[in-house]
Amino acid sequence: MTHPHPHGAATSAADEVVGVSRLCVEFDSEHVLEDVDLSIGRGEFVALLGPNGSGKTTLVRTMLGLQTSSHGSVRLFGEPLSRFRSWQRIALVPQRLPGSTSIPVSVWETVLSGLISPRRRWRPFSRVERAAATTALTDVGLWGKRHERLDTLSGGQQRRVLIARALASGADLLVMDEPTAGIDAANLVQLTALLARLHEQGTTVIVVTHELTGISHLITRAVVLGPDRRESVVFDGPPPVPGQLLHDHVHHHDTDGDGDAPSVVGLEP
Amino acid sequence: MIAILEFDFMRRALIAAALVGLIAPLIGVFLVQRRLALLGDGMGHVALTGVGLAFLFGTAPVPTAMAAAVVGAFLIEFIRYRSRTAGDVALALLFYGGIAGGVLFASLAPGKASSSLNAYLFGSLSTVAEGDVWALVALCLAVAAIVAVLGRELFAVSLDPDIAAVQGVRVRVMSTLMAVLAAVVVVVGMRVVGLLLVSAIMIVPVAAAQQVTRSFRATAVLAVVLGLVASVAGLVGSFYVEVPPGPTIVLFALLCFAILAVVAVPIRSRRKEAT
Repeated sequence: MTHPHPHGAATSAADEVVGVSRLCVEFDSEHVLEDVDLSIGRGEFVALLGPNGSGKTTLVRTMLGLQTSSHGSVRLFGEPLSRFRSWQRIALVPQRLPGSTSIPVSVWETVLSGLISPRRRWRPFSRVERAAATTALTDVGLWGKRHERLDTLSGGQQRRVLIARALASGADLLVMDEPTAGIDAANLVQLTALLARLHEQGTTVIVVTHELTGISHLITRAVVLGPDRRESVVFDGPPPVPGQLLHDHVHHHDTDGDGDAPSVVGLEP
Repeated sequence: MIAILEFDFMRRALIAAALVGLIAPLIGVFLVQRRLALLGDGMGHVALTGVGLAFLFGTAPVPTAMAAAVVGAFLIEFIRYRSRTAGDVALALLFYGGIAGGVLFASLAPGKASSSLNAYLFGSLSTVAEGDVWALVALCLAVAAIVAVLGRELFAVSLDPDIAAVQGVRVRVMSTLMAVLAAVVVVVGMRVVGLLLVSAIMIVPVAAAQQVTRSFRATAVLAVVLGLVASVAGLVGSFYVEVPPGPTIVLFALLCFAILAVVAVPIRSRRKEAT
C-alpha cells in the first residue's frame, strides 16, 4: 500500500486497476448490462450507484470473474481477466458470510481466511502473515474479540471483521458490497475513518451502495447505472461539489416502499 | 472389552468403526458449514445402487459402491452447477434413484442377495473382510492427506464461495472434491454403520460439537473425538445387545449431542458474563 494517491487523475493504462470495455451481460437472453465502458484508476474511491435491478452487483461480479459476460472484456491490473492470477491484490468485502452461521467460526479464523490462497497450499501461515492479520484486526478495533464466534458480534462489528480480513490480505483493490447498510452511528464513524485512512494510503476502493450516508465525503467518483438497459451508465464522473456531492444531484426515494435504504433512481436534470 | 478383541471379525469391525468415526466428522464439518448436511445421505443411497450392481454382477462390493458413489458425487455437483436453485431437488433425485436402483439390482441378483442387503443398509459386525481393512486404511489416509493440504481452501469455499473465488480458489474443483470425499467416507462407513445411517456419523458429531465451541478448528477437533467415541462405543454395544451396529453408533452420537446440549447452557452463560 505504498502507491501514490492521484487526486482525480484520468486513468492511464499503467494506472488502471479495473478496465471494462463494451461489456454486455445477459441472464436467460435478457440484457442486464449493455455496452458498459469503465476504467478505474489506482487510488480512486468509486461509488457504484443505481436502483435495484440496474445491474450494479452484476457489474461488480463480472469484473471479478464471478459472472460470465456475453460480450466485451474485463481487465484487472492491466491483464485480461482470463489470464489474471494476482488475486491477492483484490479483496471482496461481502455484507456477511453465509457460512458463519452454521458452524462457529472465530473472528481470528475469519481474518486469517483472507490469506488463504492456492499458491501457498503447502506451508502454514508465516509469522509475517499472522502479524498482518493481528495488525488488521487491531486497526478495526476488534483484537479483544478475536476468540469470539463471528455470528455473536453485531452487524457493524462483523462488517469490520470482514474489512480486517481484506486488510490482512494486503489487497490494493477493495470491493465492498453495501458497506454501510444496517450499521449503527458509532460503527459508521469507525468504518468511515478506516476507509478514509485506507484511501489515503493509496488503496483503490469500489463501493456498491444504495446509501451515501457517512461515506459521501470520501467518494472521488460516482458511477450511476440507470434502469434503462440500452444505456447502462447514466452518469460517470467526479462528484460535482467535493464533499457533499450526489445528495443534490441524485434523486433518492424508497421505490419499493418497504422502508429499506433509499434507491438512487437517477440524476435530475 | 478384552473378550471382544479375541474375535478376528470384531477386531476388524473395531478398526473399521474407529476409521469412520475419525474421518466422517472431518468431512462433515465442511458439509454442515456449506449447508449440505444431507449430501452424505444422497451419496449413501447412490452407493446402495453400487452394492446392488455388485450382487448382480458378482463384483466386490467396496470398489463397486465406491465407483457408484464417486459417479454420484460428480453428478450432483453437475446438477447443482447447471441449475442454480435446485440443490435440494438434485439431492432428492439421488435419494430416490439410489434406493430404487439398489433394491432393484439386488432383487434381480441370483441367490439371497436381497436379504443380505440389510447388512449394507444398517451395518454389520461380520462383513468387514480381511482385505477391506487395508482398503479402508488406505482410503482414510488419502482423505486425511487431502484435508491436510486443501483444508484451508475447502474452508474458504464453505465460508463464502464468492470471496474464495476472488482469492483465486478454484471453487468448482473444491466443491466437487468435497462431494467425492463425502462419497469416500460413505463407502468407508458402509460396512459397519450401513448406508442409510452413515451420513449421521458425518453430521451428528459436528452438530453436537458446535454447541460448545467458538471456532471452526475446535469444532472439527471435538467432532472427530465424539465421532470416534460414538463409533467404538456403538460397535461394542451392538456386540453385547446383538443388534446391527449402525443404529447403536448413531444413538451414541445422538447421546453426545444431548449431553453437550445440557453442558452448553452454563458454558454460554459464563461466556456472556465474561464479555
